[in-house]
Amino acid sequence: MTAKVLRRVAIFVVSVLVASIVVFLFMAVLPGDPAQVALGVNATPELLAKTRAEFGIDRPLVTQYFDWIGGVLHGDFGRSYVTREVIGPQLLDRLGVTLWLVGAGMLVALVIAVPAGTFAAVKHRKAAGAGVSGLSQIGVAIPAFLAGIILVQVFAVQLRWLPSGGWTPPDQDFGEFARGLVLPALSLGLVQGAVLTRYVRSAVLDTLGQDYLRTARSKGLRPVQALVRHGLRNASVPVVTVLGLQLATLLIGAVVVERVFVLPGLGSMLLDAVSARDLLTVQGIVLVLVVGVLLVNFVVDVLYTVLDPRLRGS
Amino acid sequence: MTLSVRGLNVSSLVRNVSFEIGAGERVGLIGESGSGKSLTALAIMGLLPEELRASGSVVLNDRELLEMSEKDLSRLRGDELAMVFQEPMTALNPAMRVGRQVTEPGRIHGRRHRAEDLLSAVGLPGTARAYPHQLSGGQRQRVVLAMALANEPSLLICDEPTTALDVTVQAQILTLIKRALSRESALLFITHDLAVVASVCERVLVMLDGEIVEAGSTREVLTQPKHAYTRKLLDASDLEARR
Amino acid sequence: MRSLVLGGILVGLVVLAALLSFLWTPFDPVKVDATHRLLGFGASHWFGTDKFGRDLLSQLMVGARTTLYVGVVAVGIAAVIGTPLGILAGMSPRWLGEFVMRVNDLVLAFPALLLAIMFGAVFGADTLTAMVAIGIATIPSFARIARSGTLQVMSTEFVLAARAGGRSRANIALRHVLPNISGLLIVQASVSFAIAVLAEAALSFLGFGTRPPTPSWGRMLQESQELLTVQPRLALVPGIAIAVAVLGFNLLGDGLRDRLDPRLAARV
Repeated sequence: MTAKVLRRVAIFVVSVLVASIVVFLFMAVLPGDPAQVALGVNATPELLAKTRAEFGIDRPLVTQYFDWIGGVLHGDFGRSYVTREVIGPQLLDRLGVTLWLVGAGMLVALVIAVPAGTFAAVKHRKAAGAGVSGLSQIGVAIPAFLAGIILVQVFAVQLRWLPSGGWTPPDQDFGEFARGLVLPALSLGLVQGAVLTRYVRSAVLDTLGQDYLRTARSKGLRPVQALVRHGLRNASVPVVTVLGLQLATLLIGAVVVERVFVLPGLGSMLLDAVSARDLLTVQGIVLVLVVGVLLVNFVVDVLYTVLDPRLRGS
Repeated sequence: MTLSVRGLNVSSLVRNVSFEIGAGERVGLIGESGSGKSLTALAIMGLLPEELRASGSVVLNDRELLEMSEKDLSRLRGDELAMVFQEPMTALNPAMRVGRQVTEPGRIHGRRHRAEDLLSAVGLPGTARAYPHQLSGGQRQRVVLAMALANEPSLLICDEPTTALDVTVQAQILTLIKRALSRESALLFITHDLAVVASVCERVLVMLDGEIVEAGSTREVLTQPKHAYTRKLLDASDLEARR
Repeated sequence: MRSLVLGGILVGLVVLAALLSFLWTPFDPVKVDATHRLLGFGASHWFGTDKFGRDLLSQLMVGARTTLYVGVVAVGIAAVIGTPLGILAGMSPRWLGEFVMRVNDLVLAFPALLLAIMFGAVFGADTLTAMVAIGIATIPSFARIARSGTLQVMSTEFVLAARAGGRSRANIALRHVLPNISGLLIVQASVSFAIAVLAEAALSFLGFGTRPPTPSWGRMLQESQELLTVQPRLALVPGIAIAVAVLGFNLLGDGLRDRLDPRLAARV
C-alpha cells in the first residue's frame, strides 16, 4: 500500500512539473509582448528594451522558467507587468474566497445528492424515485450562472432575504459573510448536486443488487441498516471519482459564479487580469487552478485505496 | 423446533409447496435450476426479491412467518433462521474485514462472539483481519458458514453451497456442514447434485416446475423413484459411478 | 426508450430552429429597432424584444446555429484526436498505454473554461478559440472511453483469431475495434455535446466566446442581467433554450446507451 501511495505521489509531482512548464510556455511563447502592453504602442525601442530587461523577459526561457517556478515555490509569483505590484499576496487572498465558495458549493451538492440519489435508487420502481431522477436530469441541464441569475431574482430582488452579491470576509462579520455565501453556494451546488444525484443513484442501485446485502439481511439486518452498514462504503467508491471530477469542475465553475455575484475570488481576478492583458498574473492564477485540479485527482486516487481494500497491495 | 410449510406459492413460480422439517432433521430439496428451489428458500427467509410475493403458510415454532413484520422477521434471521448462499465470491462485503463480518450476527442479536473462535470452528484460524478478496472461494464459503452458524440457528438453509466450488473443496464444505451443525438444528439443503443429497440428507423432496413431485426418505427416493422426473434425474446423474 | 424519443425531439427542435434560421427568421436578428424596445410576449414578436428592439425569437434561432456549430466542431476535434489515441493506448504495450493515459490525465487538469480563458488571454477570445479550447478539453473523455472499449474488444475471441491469422494491427483497429466501439463513441459524443453547449454558454456569458453582433444564447443571458429585475423574460428565454439543448443531448446519450449496447455500457 505504501508503494502505491508513493507511486501516486511521484505521478502527482511529475504532473505538477509538466503542467507548470505547459502553462509557462503557453504564456511565454505565444504572441504578445508584455513590455509593449505595459508601455503602450508609442513606447520608444530603448524604453521597450529597458522594460524587457526589468521584467526579465529578455533572458533565455529556461532561466525565466526556473526563476518563476523557484519563486512560486516560495509563494512569490512575481510582479505584475501591468500594475507593477507583487502578485502573490493578492492571489492567496482571492484563493481564500474561491475556496470558501467551492467548499460551500460542494457541501450543498453533497447534502442534496446523497439523500436524493439514495432515495431515487431505493424507490427506483416507484413514481417518487423516477420523479427524483427526472428532476436531477433537468437540474443537470441548467447552467450554474442561470441558476445564479434566477436565485438572485427570487431571493435577493423579490423576497429581499439575502444579498444579491458582494463579499464580507468571515473574520470581519461572520453572519454577513454566511448570508452572502448562501446564494453563490446554492447556484454552484444545485447543478453539481443534480449531476451527483445521478451518480449516487446508480452507485446505490448497483450496490442494492449485490449478494452481500442479501447476506447482511440474512444475518438479521433490516434493509436500511444493511444498506447503511454494508452498502454505503462500497457505493462511495465510484461516487468519490465523480466527486473529484466535480471539485475540479466547481473550482472552474466558480469563475462564472464569482462574476454573477461580484465576488473577489480567483476567477474574477483571472478575468480582470485577462482583460488587462496582465500575462504574468494570468500565468500564476492558471497554475494555481491547474495544480488545484491535479491535487484533487491525487487525493481521490489515494482515497480509493483507503475505501476499497481490493485495490491495496498485490 | 418445527418448520411447517403449507401450500406455499411464490407468484406463479412456486405452486402449492408443502413440507415439514423437525428438529435435528436433514432434508434435501432437489431439482434442476429454475425449478423454484431457491425461491422456496428465500420465501422461508422472507428475502424474496421485491417484485415477488409469497402466499400460503410458513410456520416456524407456531409463528406464521409470512404475516410477520419486517422488524420481527429480522429478529429471527441470523438467529433462529440462517442461510448459506450459492455464490461465495460475492456473498461477503468486500470492504469489511472477515472478522467483523463473522461477529456481526452476534452483535445484531445481542451476543458476543470472538471472531477467532467462530473462524477456527470452520477451520480458518488467524484469518479475522483478512479481507474477503484475500481468501479463496472455499475459504469464503467457510466464512459464510461461520456467520450462519454463529448463533446456533434452529434451522439452517443451504442453497447449493458447494455448486460454485471445486470437487475437493466441495467435500470439505459438506463434511464441515455435517460436523458443525448442532444435533438439534434442522437443515434444509438445496442442491441439484444427487450424490450430495445421498451423503448429507435423510429425507428428500423433489421439485419440478415449482411443485414438489416426490418426497420420502433419501434411500427410498434414490433407489425406488416413483415419479418419472426423479427417474430421469437419477439416470442423468452419475450416482452409480461414484459409489 | 423514452429518453431516446424525448432527447431526439428536444435535439430535433434545436436543429430545426438552426436550419430554419438559414432560410427564414421572423425578423432580422441583429436589426436594432428603437421603436420596439423591450416588448413582452406578443403576436408579432412571439418572445418579445430586447433593449435594442431586436427580436428574441430570431436571435434564439440564429443562436441555435452558434450552439450547434461550436458543439459539432468541439466534439469533432475531440473525437478525431481522442479516438485514435485511445485505440492506440488500448492496443499498444502496457507502458505506452499507461503513458498515453497519464498525458490524458494531465490534459484533464486544464478544463474547457480555463483553457478558453487562456486562449482568450493570448489570442483574443472569439468563437474559434472557444471551440478549440472546448474540443481539446474534451479529448481525454474520448481517449478514455476508446481505450477501455478497445481493451475489451482486444480480448474477444474474434480479435484473437484475427491476430493469430496474422492480420496487421492497423487492419484489426479499423476492421474490428472501431466498428465495435462506435456505439460507445456515439454515446460519448452526445454527452460531450451537452457539456460543450454548457461550456459555450458559460464562455459567451463571460465574454470569452462568440463576439457581438453574432447572436449566442450565453451572451443573450449576459445582456439580460442589467434588466433582470424588470424583464426576467430576457434571461428566461435563452436560459430555457440552453436547458432544452443540454437536456436533449443528455437524454439522447442515455437513450443511445441503453439502445446500442447495454452490456458494454454497464461495464465501461
